[in-house]
Amino acid sequence: MPPSPCQICQTNRALILRPKNGHKLCKPCFLEVFEAEIHHTITSNNLFHRGERIAIGASGGKDSTVLASVLKTLNERYDYGVELILLSIDEGIKGYRDDSLETVKRNAKQYDMPLMIVGYGELYGWTMDQVVEQVGKKGNCTYCGVFRRQALDRGAARLGVQHVVTGHNADDVAETVLMNLLRGDLPRLSRTTSIVTSTPSATVSPNSNTPSHTNIKRSKPLKYAYEKEIVLYAHHKSLDYFSTECIYSPEAFRGSARALIKNLERVRPSAILDVVRSGEDMAKLVPGGGSDSCGGACGVRSKAVVPEAEDEEGGCGNSAERSMGGEMAAMEKRLVHDGQAAENGLETEITLPRLRELQPHRQSVKMGVDGRARKQKSQKGPAQTPRKLPQQKMGQCERCGYLSSQAVCKACVLLEGLNKSRPRTAIDIAGHDDEREQAVNEAVNGVRQVSIAAD
Amino acid sequence: MAEDASGTDGLQVTVEFTGGLEMLFSNRRKHQITLPVRDENDAAANIAYLVRYLCQNVMRDHRKELFVLDDTVRPGILVLINDGDWELEGGEEYEIQPNDNILFVSTLHGG
Repeated sequence: MPPSPCQICQTNRALILRPKNGHKLCKPCFLEVFEAEIHHTITSNNLFHRGERIAIGASGGKDSTVLASVLKTLNERYDYGVELILLSIDEGIKGYRDDSLETVKRNAKQYDMPLMIVGYGELYGWTMDQVVEQVGKKGNCTYCGVFRRQALDRGAARLGVQHVVTGHNADDVAETVLMNLLRGDLPRLSRTTSIVTSTPSATVSPNSNTPSHTNIKRSKPLKYAYEKEIVLYAHHKSLDYFSTECIYSPEAFRGSARALIKNLERVRPSAILDVVRSGEDMAKLVPGGGSDSCGGACGVRSKAVVPEAEDEEGGCGNSAERSMGGEMAAMEKRLVHDGQAAENGLETEITLPRLRELQPHRQSVKMGVDGRARKQKSQKGPAQTPRKLPQQKMGQCERCGYLSSQAVCKACVLLEGLNKSRPRTAIDIAGHDDEREQAVNEAVNGVRQVSIAAD
Repeated sequence: MAEDASGTDGLQVTVEFTGGLEMLFSNRRKHQITLPVRDENDAAANIAYLVRYLCQNVMRDHRKELFVLDDTVRPGILVLINDGDWELEGGEEYEIQPNDNILFVSTLHGG
């Protein structure tokens, strides 16, 4: 096959075949187009505003590394006037996360960005290694996903940052769209296809010990970027990223959805973006869903921010959490079931007596978009509609202050289970409620800050 | 056998594995390989043959399915021939030239 010239500059040899449109580009033109498209995504969706401090959820993997590199480039080139900070979660997985954190530390130097690392051990008293020792390898991704969501928010709150960007790419979104379709979970579509979501979070100010709430915005600037192009960008720019699989990751439902996406891409490369766009369009058809007023068809998007569930896809996008979806759904179902049981006066293992008392008085926070009133109706009385929509009415976790649709947030429910069965010799925080709250508060305040600039 | 352009008994090629694939190949990123000039059917060695050769002679890991599925490179693994997308070079049919650099990058790991 004779070498084809680049379709843009017409001179250099084409090295890249773009999956979205079949364009053949040379390396410099590809890098430029890739960056220009991310810039377009950012500006057309008004993701950033001048003076904003933005935390990049950084795992050391390809997506977040490319995101950090591109955002630094664009911030300088187009003068966004934003301050970029790397925020990493240390799940406490030896032989995996400790190595990838070394990559993040190098990235912090390479990109001259401050880095904060928030550890499960400090936040929750449990590292993932200890969780797996306790619960086994099956189902541990549920813990990791729930913990990561809060950990990212707490890290952001500690940094005083209102906005966290994550490296979710088009393949990730397409995969999630397919999973929601295959699960019959259309209400979730709008939350997973939206480029901006808001996740309520609690922060404890150092002065007063009262938790206050911040809405931490999440966005996915790489939402329309192919994983293939992200990897090619990292390759052609010789970016330093980490690519070892999480040692606990089982390839479950999400793994199958991923394989399906990759197989489709082989036959029809545009399929990935097509699935993303179909997901956006379907989200609009779901009552109460739809973040885009016209779905991109007319190029103008509404600025509506879609509330994100506590258990939505987490920060680093590694395959550990790729397998989390099914388990999360099961978990959610269980929690809803427990909630109903409590309302009916039944006792369950997890539900606390206080849950029932608190439910009617719970402070609800208006999330402010698209007909959530419908969902509030479903809270009336024990009569349930046959198909219960996920509740997004937010209250405050009575234990740790994190905003939660349940009286006790999922992380605290999981922690209680863990702490109950923890051997006596281990840290005992299962005392009175006050003590427990204090312990959680201490854990929240115990976030470790790593300053790379000082090195 | 020895009259090919490389002047040796085979084609000297550099094969690289990244993006997590190196773990299937003795945790080594770069492998210098001497590939027979002709495949099992006496056809010129191409990418498809190289992949078979790698599976039989270089890969120690038994999890072949992480590299090859349905007799072709697993979807989600990019193949770059001298830094160019293999699809621009003819894919599996590309006939390997002396001193080619063939890179296999997994896109499937980590985020």
